Amino acid sequence: MSVSDDLRELYQDLILDHTRKPRNFHDLPRANRRAEGHNPLCGDRISLAFDVADGTIREAAFEGAGCAISVASASMLTEAVTGKSVDEARRLLSAFLAQTAGRAVDPEGSNVDLGKLKAFAGVREFPMRVKCATLAWRALEAALDGEEIAVRTE
Amino acid sequence: MISANAVIESRVDPERIDAPAYDLDAVRAEFPILRETVRGRPLAYLDNAATTQKPERVIAAVTECYRHGYANVARGVHALAERATLAYEGAREKVARFLGAEVPEEIVFVRGTTEAINLVAGSWGRANLKSGDEILITELEHHANILPWQRLCEEVGAHLVVAPIDGRGEVPLEGIAARLSSRTRLAAVAHVSNVLGTVLPIREIATLVHGAGALLLVDGPQAAPHMALDVRDLGCDFYVFSGHKAYGPSGIGALWARREILAAMPPWQTGGGMVHRVTFKGTEYAEPPARFEPGTPNLEGVLGLAAAIDFVEALGRPRIAAWERKLTERALDRLADVPGLRLHGAPKERAALVSFELPGIHPHDVATILDGEGIAVRVGHLCAQPLMERLGSTAVIRASFALYNTLSEVDALADGLAKAREVFR
Repeated sequence: MSVSDDLRELYQDLILDHTRKPRNFHDLPRANRRAEGHNPLCGDRISLAFDVADGTIREAAFEGAGCAISVASASMLTEAVTGKSVDEARRLLSAFLAQTAGRAVDPEGSNVDLGKLKAFAGVREFPMRVKCATLAWRALEAALDGEEIAVRTE
Repeated sequence: MISANAVIESRVDPERIDAPAYDLDAVRAEFPILRETVRGRPLAYLDNAATTQKPERVIAAVTECYRHGYANVARGVHALAERATLAYEGAREKVARFLGAEVPEEIVFVRGTTEAINLVAGSWGRANLKSGDEILITELEHHANILPWQRLCEEVGAHLVVAPIDGRGEVPLEGIAARLSSRTRLAAVAHVSNVLGTVLPIREIATLVHGAGALLLVDGPQAAPHMALDVRDLGCDFYVFSGHKAYGPSGIGALWARREILAAMPPWQTGGGMVHRVTFKGTEYAEPPARFEPGTPNLEGVLGLAAAIDFVEALGRPRIAAWERKLTERALDRLADVPGLRLHGAPKERAALVSFELPGIHPHDVATILDGEGIAVRVGHLCAQPLMERLGSTAVIRASFALYNTLSEVDALADGLAKAREVFR
């Protein structure tokens, strides 16, 4: 059964793999940074937890429920930021948001290789779904800013 | 999980029809937007409970108003002002007939259902409720029929009482009766659930509510364009609906209230055009409906709504209902064949909508796959979060039908769901 190229790009194998088998999908009792992303439109809730020491993210994990895009995005976020410095994670965040918004990577995120996260470029073709891809990343931003509050996507 | 089969059996029409009693091709030709393509495919618009599309004559009524008949209403004495005022009041008569009102003065034009309910809460509610009083709603209400009452209760110290739904998604009368008392001032219930499609037994509810000495407000946007109705026959005291869900423009709707109730209600919003005499010491307000329509009215919206009502009445709501029932039967039939599909609600009397979930696939992902096929459905909590909690869901998929939908569009929905299962298998 065929779907359009746009849809195949959006729901590509890498994303569906993370949807089906989310990585780092558990609580992190020793976390010292936490934030929750909530999309009131669809009821998705993603809780992120980080163990940060000496300016480095030593461990990242998430819990919650959401659509294929928001779960895969959170899962790949936790993989991408583990072992990175807080500054590196912020640059990754800028680059990711720039990618999903379909604009050139801003100076803060320049020279950042998104690697596997390039899989989310296809969400640009579905403006109503951009918030699904950025939900976990907005929560990351809040967690790094030390705001332990629920982040909303609207 | 509720099986759809029981519903289908009870819904089998002895004279099974495969086409409406009106010319479906001609009706579809009246809706320019139905010729749109979406992602290269013909549009199948199945989001009619959110809002309906507009026929040419409604679009024409709005533009004709601006081209030939626009002026402020009930103010000037020049020719255009007269034309505008007569057209505006003519539309009020049309809405009155559409709902079965006794006189046109029982119709108040508002922005939509939301404003209508806020008007009743802010005017009648504030004037009639005191600490310890109760307002009864049901578990399946839309936020628009929860929040105005919740806020009113908080303001005056009254209590919101909720009648539960049962496993079929109906609101048992015993549950309502058990929650009515001498403290109940008002019951506010949906005519049709925007999530479950349940048609509530308004006549029986009215009898119970009046027996307790309270008034009944019916939230009617999901019913008014889909079934013949007469507010006096229903026995309610307030009825509200939106133009945009009835093939009319957005930003216009109507409140119907019994003449004597409306006459005793204080103004809600205040401003120009709603008064007999204003002095700095005090103001004598106009009679209804002018008392509740301050400011320059939405003339183009009102005329568009009148054209929409003409359109619906020309086809005939019983004939529309028969066709929409057929579409709904076909949908229930096809959905019953989708493995694992969880259908929400199995009411004995169901309006033209179905809400469901596919196991293991988030509704938003299903909607994106369907959109890729040109099929528009609604997903999310449908502005009924307490009901979602009761159903154990955060989001559902809703397909809702209108007079212009075809059986092949319903089939396309079922095929699209198969495609979603393929992508996420």
